[in-house]
Amino acid sequence: MDLSVKRESLDTMRVFDLAKMPLRDLNSALHAIAPGTNDTNFEVVNPRGSHAVAVGIDQPVTVEVRGSVGYYCAGMNDGGSVTVHGSAGPGVAENMMSGTVVIEGDASQYAGATGRGGLLVIKGNAASRCGISMKGIDIVVQGNIGHMSAFMGQSGHLVVLGNAGDALGDSLYEAKLFVRGEVKSLGADCIQKELRPEHIEKLAELLDKAGITDVKPQEFKRYGSARTLYNFNIDNADAY
Amino acid sequence: MCGIVGLFLKDKSLEPQLGAMLSDMLVIMTDRGPDSAGIAIYGAPSEGRAKITVQSADPKQDFAGLDALLKPVDTSVSVELKSTHAVIETNADKAAAVRDLLAQERPGVRVMGSGDSVEIYKEVGLPKDVVSRFGIRQMGGTHGIGHTRMATESAVTTLGAHPFSTGADQCLVHNGSLSNHNNLRRELVREGMTFETQNDTEVAAAYLTAEMAKGKDLGQALTSALDDLDGFFTFVVGTKSGFGVVRDPIACKPAVMAETDQYIAFGSEYRALVNLPGIEDARVWEPEPATVYFWDHEKAA
Repeated sequence: MDLSVKRESLDTMRVFDLAKMPLRDLNSALHAIAPGTNDTNFEVVNPRGSHAVAVGIDQPVTVEVRGSVGYYCAGMNDGGSVTVHGSAGPGVAENMMSGTVVIEGDASQYAGATGRGGLLVIKGNAASRCGISMKGIDIVVQGNIGHMSAFMGQSGHLVVLGNAGDALGDSLYEAKLFVRGEVKSLGADCIQKELRPEHIEKLAELLDKAGITDVKPQEFKRYGSARTLYNFNIDNADAY
Repeated sequence: MCGIVGLFLKDKSLEPQLGAMLSDMLVIMTDRGPDSAGIAIYGAPSEGRAKITVQSADPKQDFAGLDALLKPVDTSVSVELKSTHAVIETNADKAAAVRDLLAQERPGVRVMGSGDSVEIYKEVGLPKDVVSRFGIRQMGGTHGIGHTRMATESAVTTLGAHPFSTGADQCLVHNGSLSNHNNLRRELVREGMTFETQNDTEVAAAYLTAEMAKGKDLGQALTSALDDLDGFFTFVVGTKSGFGVVRDPIACKPAVMAETDQYIAFGSEYRALVNLPGIEDARVWEPEPATVYFWDHEKAA
């Protein structure tokens, strides 16, 4: 684990040691920040798999988490910049509104679920249901993602540098999915689509934002909704 | 929810601490289930000896003079009382006769588990209380599994607590719920298995026992389970020398594993693993859905 800290902003860095203080002290401090304050640098040490680390941020703070976290880290983030120098448990950045969440390690299931905005970067792998029901969030996974990812995704972008598991994009709405490696199988109503110039431009932007320089947008395949499940089809009446 | 933990030691120097390590892991998982808790510890077997872990709701009455009662069957028998449980050690060839006599003379006594090496302790209550009541921290061993329960499929009783043991030195803990356990129980009863509870997990344990009785090893039995068990499950399973993990294809029940040169560890959450030695440098991963993982001391040796 890399414990080196950029110390240039040490004078304003507020350190919360979760081995010595309750999680609520951290989250209360994050929630008490008034708009416009410049006291916005936080560091969390010894998270030791704690749940709900740095949830409900609504100011442009920076939170560096030194270690691995449990469930729901950075959930509902609205404008904060959270980096986990470790791995994250289920539901990281769930329902993010805006801001950036970076996971240096792996993420467990339903990373970025229901997210409405912001950028989630996972440098390792993400497990099943990554981006399930995404509604505008952008997710960049440098490794692989598990099964049922982007299930019922409505909008936003899921970019995967590695492979995708079974049933990618099942029952997809208008979320755009880009996978560089293999897709084990596509879910119902999810199809491969043409990678047009506007998609290449968007991919370049997202890769740039995620700090990825050695991968070209042209290396990805695009997947999206075939739009056959949008409306009730009378021919399917017998199935109900 | 339920919280499950498992620890399989590779480094013999850690063996005296197995009980303490596993207890810490389980206590951290307390908020995943407050109803009951249990631990199975695999100690070093002694040649020709068998262990039977028994439990009673009325230990004062049922365990009184247990030693003297069993001596006529096997003069070498020893009885160690631990709260509501007792561990009876006997010559392996006398174990069946001891069990028959127990069933006849002390009908209130229930067998929690038996075999060459396993001891199983489980009770209603929180992990910290269950662990201290049975002195688990002081126990050594090669591998073990633990469970803290949030009951869904059957009553909150000692018998409904995990681990479930349905065969010699076999036991299983489960996070999830099975949906075809009633059908499967009927089939297993037809094959001669017996059941103590209406619990879904007991069916899974009995299923694996039945499959292994047909000659499968733990890994093969777990592979069959993926075809035959319907529902949600993350299982951690122990045998005399082996330790296995499997998750259903949906894999919504959480699981984290860690491996170092010293051990292989399982937790429902990463929190359960944070006190293990060298965890900072361990290989930590989430077991894949519908994938069987198992390790065996004998096969490794």
